[in-house]
Amino acid sequence: MGTLNSRSPEGHVSQQWTKFKSTCHLVNPANKRKLDIIVVGTGLAGASAAAALGEQGYNVKIFCYQDSPRRAHSIAAQGGINAAKNYQNDGDSVYRLFYDTIKGGDYRARESNVHRLAEVSNLIIDHSVATGVPFARDYGGLLDNRSFGGSQVSRTFYARGQTGQQLLLGAYNSLNRQIKNKTVEMFSRRDVLDIVIIDGKARGIIARNLVTGEIEKHFGHAVCLATGGYGNTYFLSTNAMGSNGSVAWQAYKKGAFFANPCFTQIHPTCIPVHGDYQSKLTLMSESLRNDGRIWVPKKIEDAKRLQKGEIKGSQIPEDDRDYYLERRYPAFGNLVPRDVASRAAKERCDAGFGVNNTGLAVFLDFSDAINRLGKATIEARYGNLFQMYEKIVDENPYETPMMIYPAVHYTMGGLWVDYHLMTTVPGLFALGEANFSDHGANRLGASALMQGLADGYFILPYTIGDFLSKEIGTKRMSTESPEFIEAEKKVSDRIQKLYAIKGNEPADYFHKKLGQVMWEYVGMGRTEESLKKAIELIPKIREEFWSNLKITGNPTEYNPELEKAGRVADFLELGELMARDALNRRESCGGHFREEMQTEDGEAKRDDENFAYVAAWEHKENAVPELHKEPLEYKEVKLVQRNYK
Amino acid sequence: MDLTLKIWRQASAKAKGKFESYPISNISADCSFLEMIDILNEKLVRDNIDPVAFDHDCREGICGMCSLYVNGRPHGPDDDITTCQLHMRKFKNGDTITIEPWRAGPFPVIKDLIVDRNAFDKILQDGGFISANTGSAPDANAILIPNREAEQSMDAAACIGCGACVAACKNSSAMLFVSAKISHLALLPQGKAEAAIRAKAMVAKMDELGFGGCTNTGACEAECPKDISISNIARLNREFLCAVILE
Ligand SMILES: Cc1cc2nc3c(=O)[nH]c(=O)nc-3n(C[C@H](O)[C@H](O)[C@H](O)COP(=O)(O)OP(=O)(O)OC[C@H]3O[C@@H](n4cnc5c(N)ncnc54)[C@H](O)[C@@H]3O)c2cc1C
Ligand code: SF4
Ligand code: FES
Repeated sequence: MGTLNSRSPEGHVSQQWTKFKSTCHLVNPANKRKLDIIVVGTGLAGASAAAALGEQGYNVKIFCYQDSPRRAHSIAAQGGINAAKNYQNDGDSVYRLFYDTIKGGDYRARESNVHRLAEVSNLIIDHSVATGVPFARDYGGLLDNRSFGGSQVSRTFYARGQTGQQLLLGAYNSLNRQIKNKTVEMFSRRDVLDIVIIDGKARGIIARNLVTGEIEKHFGHAVCLATGGYGNTYFLSTNAMGSNGSVAWQAYKKGAFFANPCFTQIHPTCIPVHGDYQSKLTLMSESLRNDGRIWVPKKIEDAKRLQKGEIKGSQIPEDDRDYYLERRYPAFGNLVPRDVASRAAKERCDAGFGVNNTGLAVFLDFSDAINRLGKATIEARYGNLFQMYEKIVDENPYETPMMIYPAVHYTMGGLWVDYHLMTTVPGLFALGEANFSDHGANRLGASALMQGLADGYFILPYTIGDFLSKEIGTKRMSTESPEFIEAEKKVSDRIQKLYAIKGNEPADYFHKKLGQVMWEYVGMGRTEESLKKAIELIPKIREEFWSNLKITGNPTEYNPELEKAGRVADFLELGELMARDALNRRESCGGHFREEMQTEDGEAKRDDENFAYVAAWEHKENAVPELHKEPLEYKEVKLVQRNYK
Repeated sequence: MDLTLKIWRQASAKAKGKFESYPISNISADCSFLEMIDILNEKLVRDNIDPVAFDHDCREGICGMCSLYVNGRPHGPDDDITTCQLHMRKFKNGDTITIEPWRAGPFPVIKDLIVDRNAFDKILQDGGFISANTGSAPDANAILIPNREAEQSMDAAACIGCGACVAACKNSSAMLFVSAKISHLALLPQGKAEAAIRAKAMVAKMDELGFGGCTNTGACEAECPKDISISNIARLNREFLCAVILE
């Protein structure tokens, strides 16, 4: 077991980034033109990185699996993006955003990275406005803010309920500008299947053209992965249908360490599951918790009648309602962090107080807010979310309280990166949700968009320069080298192997099976027993997959079944690592709740003495993965038990 | 409910396509339209038939990837939604549902229900942006944008680039899509500097790629899932005329 060096600069956290920027190595403009960079992913992280690198004069090739870069799943983010502007004069500062993020992450994130994130947060808002993002404004024309869970200031910028869409379109527009300037070349409908490593450095990728089935090889002096999160390991999540962990997983198999895979965020406000044909879950933005109040009945008889459909929520008198978050957490009330809110909902439903036919839902009620602010104000704030809810559930949330339940939403874990955002493979970088870096064991609302754009616009363009400054003598390499040919062959062989199974069940069948195991045993509450069970069951599903998978059609054409099969094969391995990591971490922290480790009143109980580290796993061929630790040293923030009461 | 699906099958861009009928049973009213196709596809795979290819990703009405022409309407029989937000409660037991791809020259079919909408990206690459390099922006509050303008810009910026407007239009015009981007940027002070160049470049590209002219039938607005208003087209015409006059 080794320890990992984060390469964080020396000095006080507030000085580290300044110091880094003023002392890192640079690449001159003439040399930038000779350097090629591959970016995989066109979400906030990838699109902003490619645009900024293109502006600097590098040659960038960027890839996505959708038909257009604009469709990356960042588009679906609703609520907003944080920044430490303190426009509301409510006491916000870079330090406070840093502090809230470390605390919200339950003290499992790296101080230096998080401070840098808070520092660049304001630049993101400035740049986004400059590129045309139509954030909400007040009548005088100044920017408006809202509050989000886990903080007591109003620091969230938003564009109606479509903040991710607008930020992504901003980055996409800048990307388009670079495509026009010919600094960036776009490859859409490509499934990136492997990373090519030459002499220990990442030098390219293997991609499958999804339309023609052709296997392509692309060279880069450096490779940046911005492929998003792996929440779909659970099958049902708020991620897009195509969201996957495959590129990160292949990177892992090529030597990049995978950090904290068990840190998964279960979001408290999603539309409950309604049938076994369900393909994905829909998030209702957390911003709803600003004005909505969460409750279940106080009396079990009322809950039973709700479950049988005999009464409606609105018929239960005020005194018989249990606003359990306000009751348990008077200081933060409905705005406690996500992990706390999710577990509290599970606790009530497990105790029998769920409010829908499956007993797995709680109410999110706007009647107070509508009485206080008027329907028009609520409509202006959340109109599109209410409409979305009504389309799915067929109930009008202005009249009957919404029903919500927690769902898998975000993965804090990801590829281990150092302060430079570089993985343990030299020249291989990871940014956005694909890395593990900034959110510890729990991410605060509106901080993922911030991190994606921070990594892409403002951090990677500096740190990659430091790496590339040593590569200016490296000539472009042929993609016919033995390493490229071998990687290509490996990819083709795997496709052949998947076809050769000729079993009876489509890929989704195995994915659903895996999802059930993950949700049941590696979900919101985990125990030693449940995790061991998962580690026993997942290899069995994997075995069944490799002996009974069925793919129709052939590999040389558009073939979504083949695409899915490859992803499910990877999820079946990644899921096991998640369970292993969760088993290793014998403490509760943030989104990782080990039922054995809780305080008397049911809160997560950390074990700082033994677990204040990042768990980074190294792949071992045909053996159990090896754990490496990056100790987390807190010089600025004092570790305390999180308390939202 | 039990239904008959009449689906356009086309093996590749070059192949000739035709309709095939598939019966499907036991579909719940709460099921989404795309989940209904998932169910069909699982069955087809088990029966050794190539599943129906269709585009989709977010399944919550925002990525703009889904694109089905259902019973003669882009995104199907409900208003202001995308195909992925359509639910089976809009249909009744025994219905026959016809499912086709977008039909428009500049959007060639790739396979079955999937079309190539790359032309939209190409139009935006030619001018759909504000030229601001990373790191050069003034403080965000230095640019005052009254609530009304910000909201109007946001109305236009809500376009998801799905292409239903083109599919709905008998001329395959892309005017609603292009005008939404033009309005989004031209309504903001920071977008005004390049407004003229932008309008000219995007309109020229749109024509070059073979999208038809606008004859004001309003079919685009009626079928747009994001309620993009046809008044944007008037603004585009104004911007374009100004740009030409300025020349
Ligand atoms: C419904 C929802 C709402 C959210 N709301 C908020 C919010 O309000 N505020 C907030 O801060 N965060 C929010 N989040 C989280 C946030 O949106 C994401 O964490 C963030 O956008 C991820 O950005 P990204 O650039 O890392 O990845 P993504 O946007 O997921 O992009 C991934 C990219 O990688 C590409 N890719 C993936 N695999 C492959 C492959 N095999 N081959 C080729 N390309 C590949 C994809 O094509 C895509 O371009 C939300 C998330 C969801 C799901
Ligand atoms: S204008 Fe409407 S129909 Fe056309 S691409 Fe945009 S959202 Fe789709
Ligand atoms: S699948 Fe994204 S809009 Fe329909």
